[in-house]
Amino acid sequence: MNASTGTDRIERSIDMKAPRARVWRALADTGEFGRWFGVSLATPAFVPGEWVRGHITHPGYEHLQFEARVHRVEAERLLSFHWHPYGIDPEVDYTQEEPTLVTFTLEDTADGGTRLRVVESGFDKVPAARREEAFRMNSQGWDAQVGNIARHVGV
Amino acid sequence: MSASRKTPAPDARLAEVFAALGDPVRLRLVTLLCAGGLLSIAQLTSATSISRQGVTKHLAVLLDAGLVRDVKLGRERRWQLAPERIDDARRSLDAIGRQWEAALGRLKEFVEAGPDLSG
Repeated sequence: MNASTGTDRIERSIDMKAPRARVWRALADTGEFGRWFGVSLATPAFVPGEWVRGHITHPGYEHLQFEARVHRVEAERLLSFHWHPYGIDPEVDYTQEEPTLVTFTLEDTADGGTRLRVVESGFDKVPAARREEAFRMNSQGWDAQVGNIARHVGV
Repeated sequence: MSASRKTPAPDARLAEVFAALGDPVRLRLVTLLCAGGLLSIAQLTSATSISRQGVTKHLAVLLDAGLVRDVKLGRERRWQLAPERIDDARRSLDAIGRQWEAALGRLKEFVEAGPDLSG
């Protein structure tokens, strides 16, 4: 997994042993998207300009909403949406905050697999306090990561 | 592991931080303190499901890892997040990046699991 983090954007990529069509379906089918992302989406499809909504399914975070506005959909190549970073609290009004843009792109790898790149950009417009909030609200991601690292270092 | 996957250089200090966080109760305490402010043992105890003694013990581990600090407020001891560890924007961006890594890892497992089982 490659990592390059400036102050405005996050970029990560991962290679998968699966054809592009398969990875695309896992992204573009909202049911499949929800299974790996950890969200139950009420919207049947990603359609440019339209909202996709649902609730987070990670245990302990079910009170958080997933809410994204689809930007571009290019079959088997690109899916992007605007959102407020990570699960949002229904008690908080985010309308005055700039969203970030999440872009997934797919490309073939030499060995017949697929490289998926995700770029989330626009963080410079997100207040620092809100970035902390995004971190705090999604400590679920930390759980998994901490487990991996703990095993790696033999704790 | 694909060739593009990089493992971070071993960093004992980082490992200590992750080890400290690698417990659900301590992660919960850090999460509570991330919201800001100075919290007493009583406040932290009431927000978790374990005893006061348990909270005290876990705070000691977090203190050793440099993740929290204690402040005397009159005769009371209050706890706060140690901002230089977690608090700046860069770190939170890194954290969000790690969340993406975890999500992409789940996606990889999902699509490599073989035939589509979702029906």
